[in-house]
Amino acid sequence: MNSDAAIEARGLTKRFGDLKAVSNLDLLVPRGQIYGFLGPNGSGKSTTIRMLCGLLTPSEGVATVLDVSIPGDARLLRPRIGYMTQKFSLFGDMTVYENLQFMAEIYSFPKADRKARIDELLAKYDLVEQRRQMADTMSGGQKQRLALACAVLHRPELLLLDEPTSAVDPQSRRDFWANLFRLAESGTTILVSTHYMDEAERCHRLAILDHGIKVADGTPQHLQESTGMHVVEVTDDDPYAAQSVLHELPEVASVTQLGVRLRVLIPDQHDAPLDIVKNALTRAGIDAHAAIVPATLEDVFVAVTMNCAESHS
Amino acid sequence: MKSLSRLFAITKKEVRQLRRDRLTFGMIVGIPVIQMLLFGYAINTDVRNLRTAVADQANTHLSRQFIDDLVHTQVVDIIERVETPGQLEELLRVGEISVGVAIPPDFDRRVVDPDRAAVHLLVDGSDPTISGVARQLRSMPVRFDIGDDVRRAENIAVRPYYNPERRMPVNVIPGLMAIILMMTMTMFTGVAIVRERERGNLELLINTPVNSAELMVGKIIPYIAIGMLQLALILIVGDFLFRVPLRGSVIDLYLAATAFIAASLALGLLVSTLARTQFQAMQMTIFLILPSILLSGFVFPFDGMPTFAQHLGEILPVTHFIRLTRGIMLRDAALAELALDLYFLIGFALVAMTAAALRFTKRLD
Repeated sequence: MNSDAAIEARGLTKRFGDLKAVSNLDLLVPRGQIYGFLGPNGSGKSTTIRMLCGLLTPSEGVATVLDVSIPGDARLLRPRIGYMTQKFSLFGDMTVYENLQFMAEIYSFPKADRKARIDELLAKYDLVEQRRQMADTMSGGQKQRLALACAVLHRPELLLLDEPTSAVDPQSRRDFWANLFRLAESGTTILVSTHYMDEAERCHRLAILDHGIKVADGTPQHLQESTGMHVVEVTDDDPYAAQSVLHELPEVASVTQLGVRLRVLIPDQHDAPLDIVKNALTRAGIDAHAAIVPATLEDVFVAVTMNCAESHS
Repeated sequence: MKSLSRLFAITKKEVRQLRRDRLTFGMIVGIPVIQMLLFGYAINTDVRNLRTAVADQANTHLSRQFIDDLVHTQVVDIIERVETPGQLEELLRVGEISVGVAIPPDFDRRVVDPDRAAVHLLVDGSDPTISGVARQLRSMPVRFDIGDDVRRAENIAVRPYYNPERRMPVNVIPGLMAIILMMTMTMFTGVAIVRERERGNLELLINTPVNSAELMVGKIIPYIAIGMLQLALILIVGDFLFRVPLRGSVIDLYLAATAFIAASLALGLLVSTLARTQFQAMQMTIFLILPSILLSGFVFPFDGMPTFAQHLGEILPVTHFIRLTRGIMLRDAALAELALDLYFLIGFALVAMTAAALRFTKRLD
């Protein structure tokens, strides 16, 4: 297979009983990039990541991860990947240092370099002061830095991160992403799942998952340019009234409220979307400001998951 | 009123959760029914069929008559005939028999001699109930076909071996040692894997290069050391407080204990791979501990149990270890003489360990 790709999957499917958690997923993750999985809870993000590292056996389909075919040869893959679980999974009754030491031993990291590597990670991930602290007593952000430090200790070629930032504050998230970029720059491929739009926007490429189906993929920019929707932003002090009016229009695909603003999606087969909105508001006697704006990733998300819901029904 | 409805809310929630925990629900029914059936039939203080060997050096009409009468009591089951009392002692020591019947060459004359016992019963005193049962034989109505004018008392002399003072601790402690080790060892490892699964550590671990065997064996090694320490404590306390002898070799005892500890730990690991929660693991351990106490010969003599209960008892590692401890500590038996029990323990450890490693796949589905 293509060795420029860190991950290549075709027709990956996972069934749990009657539930299709992941359905016919094709995936191509280039090396050295940050690839995002964006999707709501239950969209199949975790299941896909678990299949890719050999924790779950696909019901159908094949995948090659770092030129290793899984799940068959997952054993060969283990030393070359780092995995960060959704839930904190290090040992709470061991100190930061002991946890790192344990991981170094488990991965047979060369003995002579162990201490230097651990010190380097403690410094890099801002854990020097916590080195003797029990992992359970740390804050969410600290735990997450420790988990990342443990996941990268053995210098994996591929890092799989399952919703790594779901339990931390915004500042910790920013720092965390700074660390990810640093890793990507040094050549590590990163697959990260998230349900935060701002995080998805930082990825080099991303796939949007919904109900186990990949509904879109590409660079964030490409996705924003090819939504197939016009986006009209309406600003009004009483957005509720405007929302009820716009909801009734047959041309409008969706209306999302953001404070006093409404984001209105209109499929691009309709011309003059601004007029459609303005006319409707005027007819209802609402004096609101409306303008065409570029699509955000959230608009993309709303648009593609809506299509999926339609095709489902 | 509000308090009552809150109370019912809690009760309702508890019942609902209990009903969904299928293992716990099974235990609610299983513990009373299975254990009652098992122990109701198995526990039997009216001991019969004690394994017995006879050395009939007289071999007269009278002595054969006596042996027939003995068999008719159903207390003894003669499984072997030997030549000399010395051979009886040997069989007793290796645990092959519980009672030895020594009939001296001058049996016919002794029967009418009020000063000398006609028959000697050599009894394994390392089992608490057997010597008691054998003593009842002394008052067995012996029907010698001679005149009624001869004295009747003390035709049978009972010689309790290994615990002549009949002190209870001497009988109990070797068995108790096995029970204590089994309980702690199985319980420690019973929760070992489940705890890591509950805390999420396992998902991390199975993504590392560590394999199932490394994980399993690595986990039990510290507990083997803990078991050794417990064994030393029991021996020291037994010696100082209860003056329980250690007649055999301490090395033999430790070798036997190593095999037993490994078997108990492996059993615990197997429990750990079967249970979903720590609570379930504890329940399963308790489910195993009850038969280990009652069917192993610790409380009730093995010979007294019905065959099916004996078969069940034979599966339990603790049964074999109790035989080993009583043999080595009280009867000065060498480990080589008790090799079968040792082999069973080693075999059990290997099988349980393999089953645990196989059940524990490095997958989540």
